[in-house]
Amino acid sequence: MNTPTRISYREALREAHREALAKDPRVFLIGEDVGRYGGSYAVSKGLLEEFGPERIRDAPLSELGFVGAGIGAALGGMRPIVEVMTVNFSLLALDQIVNTAATLRHMSGGQFSVPVVIRMATGAGRQLAAQHSHSLEVWYAHVPGIKVLAPATIEDAHGMLSLALDDPDPTVIFEHALLYNLEGERPSSWPQIDIERAAVRRSGADVSLICYGGTLWKTLAAANTLASIGIEAEVIDLRVLRPLDEETILASVRRTHRAVVVDEGWKTCSLAAEIMALMAEQAFYDLDAPLSRVCSAEVPIPYAKHMEEAALPQPQRIVDSVKTMLGRG
Amino acid sequence: MSDTGFLPVKLPRELSLSLLRDMVRIRRFEEACAELYGQGKIRGFLHLYVGEEAVAVGTLHALNEQDSIVATYREHGHALVRGMSAESIMAEMFGKLEGCCRGRGGSMHLFDAATRFYGGNAIVGGGLPLAVGLALADKMQSIDRVTACFFGDGAVAEGAFHESLNLAALWQLPVLFLCENNRYGMGTAIERAESETDLSRKAASYRIPSERVDGMDVVAVYEAATAAAASVRSGEGPRFLELLTYRYRAHSMFDPDLYRDKAEIEAWKKRGPIHNLTNRLKAQGDLTEDDFPQLDADARAEVQRAVEFAEQGTLESTDDLLRYTLTEPAA
Repeated sequence: MNTPTRISYREALREAHREALAKDPRVFLIGEDVGRYGGSYAVSKGLLEEFGPERIRDAPLSELGFVGAGIGAALGGMRPIVEVMTVNFSLLALDQIVNTAATLRHMSGGQFSVPVVIRMATGAGRQLAAQHSHSLEVWYAHVPGIKVLAPATIEDAHGMLSLALDDPDPTVIFEHALLYNLEGERPSSWPQIDIERAAVRRSGADVSLICYGGTLWKTLAAANTLASIGIEAEVIDLRVLRPLDEETILASVRRTHRAVVVDEGWKTCSLAAEIMALMAEQAFYDLDAPLSRVCSAEVPIPYAKHMEEAALPQPQRIVDSVKTMLGRG
Repeated sequence: MSDTGFLPVKLPRELSLSLLRDMVRIRRFEEACAELYGQGKIRGFLHLYVGEEAVAVGTLHALNEQDSIVATYREHGHALVRGMSAESIMAEMFGKLEGCCRGRGGSMHLFDAATRFYGGNAIVGGGLPLAVGLALADKMQSIDRVTACFFGDGAVAEGAFHESLNLAALWQLPVLFLCENNRYGMGTAIERAESETDLSRKAASYRIPSERVDGMDVVAVYEAATAAAASVRSGEGPRFLELLTYRYRAHSMFDPDLYRDKAEIEAWKKRGPIHNLTNRLKAQGDLTEDDFPQLDADARAEVQRAVEFAEQGTLESTDDLLRYTLTEPAA
């Protein structure tokens, strides 16, 4: 059978799981419905048949329990991938992630490592209403002792998992739920990536648009619209939300002298706020205009389609924000 | 329970003396901690184990060096009996670099990789999922090991308790759950916190063989823990012991202890674990007149050495403040 030339974000993730499970007997997947059901977002479909129930381990609805068990198993020499169905439910496991995974190395004076990988879907856009639409990446990015990744592309979806598994510290991977169906050309071989640097997804001299995860594609769409009216935007995909790649962010804004941060999190205390603070602290004299951001409206995400769309960052809002900044509004 | 007499078991004299020695070591260590807290040498929260010594001593003597230990924030005694040096524990509480965790953890977060001592956990119930994970890792790697998980009666009200017991039973993991029921979750009496105060029944509802044990009788604790550990080790899945005990002192050094009847404290002190064992050994003719003064003097000397070591310890440079947060790149 020929290798299909197209591949989805979901399939890229699945392939990464398959490779990791085949390569290292210490790797196992644990989570709700990861086995027989095939994963709530079908990432792990088929893996149970291939790797068996010990390594594709269905867990009951016990987020605190099985995330904690993953942390304990990592401490005990395994390399668990813990799938939490969505970030919304990860709040039930927040204690184990923040109080245990993030602290053990430090509290033990460097004696213990917790090489756990915790994956979860995040974000809104499917009319799932307030309790299934959170974008709480910043809650995790706030915490020293964990790494936070946000793959926005098929290559990153594939490549970040094995790098996270190789990392001796706890890593949280956010997969925007709207990206699972994203399709692209299947590369003939997967590119070498890192989990240290942000990526410049589009070059441009007029303004830096800084985004991550699900907002990358909206931001690129906005950049295309801007190009049609003669504004060249540089699009920075953060990729790693903690620790932030300050160098790439600052280098970009020093080139463009203007920046808009796009973040699906709520505006107040957002990751956008942190990035703006960074630029204000370290690139203030390079700026030609006040910093700006496009975030979610300060409201629990509503169900009705038009209201949900109004609550979330959209390409037009990004375009408007840039035009205002450039006096083209 | 052995309110009216001893469990009719006679342990070898050397083992009995070893149990007594460790209980006295904990008692003297904790008394010194209280004094040092008064002097401002130890700060933060300090939770003392005085009165509960039989639980840590009886259970830990039933385990072996390969086993893993997950404990709570009232864990100085467990660390000591497990084989961590009194020096490294005391220096940790002094916030010194020579402490077991370089002074990063303090009283509530004692860790030691060498003795597989996984803390020290200041979140009530926080250790239970961790113990389940450690046991899962052992089972998946076919490692013959018991993970002993200590927690208090207060933890039983947490979701983490129920989720962890369910997972351990569901997956038949080698966890020995050790519930140190001292009757109070900080200031809340168990009757005011639990609809079912026989905590062993909660474990039994998860199909985990469980047992209530007189936690003031170190021999009873040792016997029960030995049998339970053997069962876990043989692959029969988790076991649960509810160890009925009592803390003589307040919850922490900040606790004015206004919620308990003094008569209740006095009544439990009459059943004190050290007193209990010395009486038993005297009745058996296993304790000479010199034995107790000798091991008591040894314990006091050990504590004295620990205090001197901690006093002489150094402070970590604040230049290193950010270290031990993530793994450092190899030099």
